[in-house]
Amino acid sequence: MKRWKKRAAIIGGGLVAVGIAAALVLNALNSNIALYVTPSEVFAGKAPKNQSFRIGGLVKEGSLRRDNLTVHFVITDMVQDIPVAYTGILPDLFKEGKGAVVQVKPGSGEYVATEVLAKHDENYMPPEAKDALDKAQKSKGENKS
Amino acid sequence: MTPELGHLALILALCVSLVQGVLPVFGAQYGRREWIVLARPAAQVSFLLMLGSFAALAWSFYVNDFSVQYVAEHSNSQLPTLYRFGAVWGGHEGSLLLWVFMLSSWTVAVSYFSRTLDETMVARVIGVLGLVTAGLLLFILFTSNPFNRLLPAAENGRDLNPLLQDPGLVFHPPMLYMGYVGFAVAFAFAIAALLSGRLDAAWARWSRPWTTAAWIFLTLGIALGSWWAYYELGWGGWWFWDPVENASFMPWLLGTALLHSLAVTEKRGSFKSWTVLLAIGAFSLSLLGTFLVRSGVLTSVHAFATDPRRGIFILILLVLVVGSSLVLFAWRAPKVALGGSFALISRESMMLTGNVLLVVACASVLLGTLYPLIIDALKLGKISVGPPYFNAVFVPVMTPVLFLLAAVPLARWKNTDIREIALRMWIPGALALLAGALIPYAMGGWTVLTGLGVALSVWIASSGVIQVARRLKSGMPPASFWGMHLGHLGIAVFVFGVTMVGGYQEEQDVRMEPGDTVVVGGHQFKMLGVKDVPGPNYSAARGAFEVTKVGAGTGSVRMLEPEKRNYFSSTMPMTEAAIDAGFTRDVYVSLGEPLEGKAWAVRVYFKPFVDWIWGGCLLMALGGLFAVCDKRYRLRVKSAATVAPATATTLNGVTP
Repeated sequence: MKRWKKRAAIIGGGLVAVGIAAALVLNALNSNIALYVTPSEVFAGKAPKNQSFRIGGLVKEGSLRRDNLTVHFVITDMVQDIPVAYTGILPDLFKEGKGAVVQVKPGSGEYVATEVLAKHDENYMPPEAKDALDKAQKSKGENKS
Repeated sequence: MTPELGHLALILALCVSLVQGVLPVFGAQYGRREWIVLARPAAQVSFLLMLGSFAALAWSFYVNDFSVQYVAEHSNSQLPTLYRFGAVWGGHEGSLLLWVFMLSSWTVAVSYFSRTLDETMVARVIGVLGLVTAGLLLFILFTSNPFNRLLPAAENGRDLNPLLQDPGLVFHPPMLYMGYVGFAVAFAFAIAALLSGRLDAAWARWSRPWTTAAWIFLTLGIALGSWWAYYELGWGGWWFWDPVENASFMPWLLGTALLHSLAVTEKRGSFKSWTVLLAIGAFSLSLLGTFLVRSGVLTSVHAFATDPRRGIFILILLVLVVGSSLVLFAWRAPKVALGGSFALISRESMMLTGNVLLVVACASVLLGTLYPLIIDALKLGKISVGPPYFNAVFVPVMTPVLFLLAAVPLARWKNTDIREIALRMWIPGALALLAGALIPYAMGGWTVLTGLGVALSVWIASSGVIQVARRLKSGMPPASFWGMHLGHLGIAVFVFGVTMVGGYQEEQDVRMEPGDTVVVGGHQFKMLGVKDVPGPNYSAARGAFEVTKVGAGTGSVRMLEPEKRNYFSSTMPMTEAAIDAGFTRDVYVSLGEPLEGKAWAVRVYFKPFVDWIWGGCLLMALGGLFAVCDKRYRLRVKSAATVAPATATTLNGVTP
């Protein structure tokens, strides 16, 4: 009987621990996921309305404008342009004409970026940026035909 | 010619490791002595071949042989010699070569330091290591050969990624790989024990120093990487929950659980199955981590598409290793005798709780790391999981582990009285509450997290000091006792550093012109100017900043000179942060981009106690070193050596 109780206690304790952990994990996952969207999707109103999200694409040539520490630029998939503002120091690899991923607050008009990512080497295109370009190219082709 | 010799050596090494992986294992199973004795020489020959292969690649780098594709992609004639050496493992192919080379180094170490171990056991351990080596060599030879020629040869190389041109790179990957690969030894011991059906205290005792050694390297490797990211990448942080970092952290978590589980298995004979599973898990995660990072699967799921063979090979290897060991486990585990029983409140149960929590922590990191991959693979969209997820899950799961950690050394095996522990822990408890309440106020503001962090670190450190003082009354304790307490003290120091940095760091991005000053974290930063400075393979803009502690005399003036470098071989600029490191704080300046006129965007940081993070890791590693050096492991060698000269001579006679 005693042995049975002990086992039950261990198994019960384990289940409770796993349950708490699972709840924590799911809760944390839910509130910390950022969805990737392409500039075209943002333009079509498909961006999340009440959660931060990420836009991948190219930094449009000639769009970079500095205003002290605030930088304004345009993220593009060569079909739609989305204006973005960021205050702070940009990563070394952030450049016009190169791929970048920005995490922005939900909104409209000029989006405010909380994070700008361009961490990889110069020949590297963030997969999300590449994906956005490919998708845009594809839909462009479909529209023409 | 040299690259071809290196390639040939690699192919021969594959053949030898196949022999090493197959014959000794079968020999041990069917009692064929002439096959068993093959294990050691095969491991040693395979090591020499891989050493030759590695040297050939290093030589190609040294002489700038740009007809080798890998060299052309990762080096340049202007690259300083030290970095040319570091560039050997600066890319995918070379780092995999380093990986197998490390694996074969561990195997050779096992073959030398196992003289007293049962011959069939050694044969099985070396055999399993041989199979793993063979799998990796196949992977290298078929999908990632570093010796591929480039025809016609490139005139000059593409140069090493400037991020990697740093002394940190020269040491970080080898350390990390020593750790990753070291878990292969623990894995091989576990598989060998399963094969023989003898999961006993002797197996645990033999496994322990190897596991601890691997854990030391992994700890140092992760700490070096974190330090490197902090001062070289200029991101200003020490941990980003980046998939690549997680890949090294997961095996560490399971490895830590394994260390403690092995201790219980050795002392009490309990947790055998659990220990075996942890050993399999730690190595599988090492394997998963290396490949995810190195194949580019993690940063981009599309890497599967660029070279599908690589991705598929990875999956096959992983499935083979994990699958076959789990099948073996399922087949053999029911035969494993149960160890000593224990009460609900005992040292065993506390260790088990800590262990389970470490595994849960590891699982949550694994989930956060793989979740975006799974979602993408299921075509449900692209997502990223941010650092807040990891913090939100990790802190609550690890808090009880840290709480238990201080009390476990006081608990008795089998059955312990909770009142007895409480009686001994009231002083650390009171100190922890006091420190947790007061220190955050002194630092500038109390929050739940800082209070908790400070309280836990004081709880661990003070209980450790009291336990050591009490133990010293009854004579000098063994090295492993010191090892345990040093390791735990390291955790306390680490937690303190993390809490302080997390709670009280200050960061500012500011626009500065020469003559401008800014005050951050009680330090005044004055920009003197920025001038151009040439470097060996780059040109740099070097800033000059004068840092004074507010309220202190002129004696406290420090000069900081951050740089912005432009490497000739690439269009990508590099930020070199300037850091004034101190015992209780770092101040940190890095140059952003030039603005109009002489103004620059400048990033200024104040990081209280940040060096305690890496100091804590060093203490943990030192603790591990003490544990490995414990006399217990060496005494066995001596006493056994006097018993077994007969077998040793017969073996020498047979060895070719």
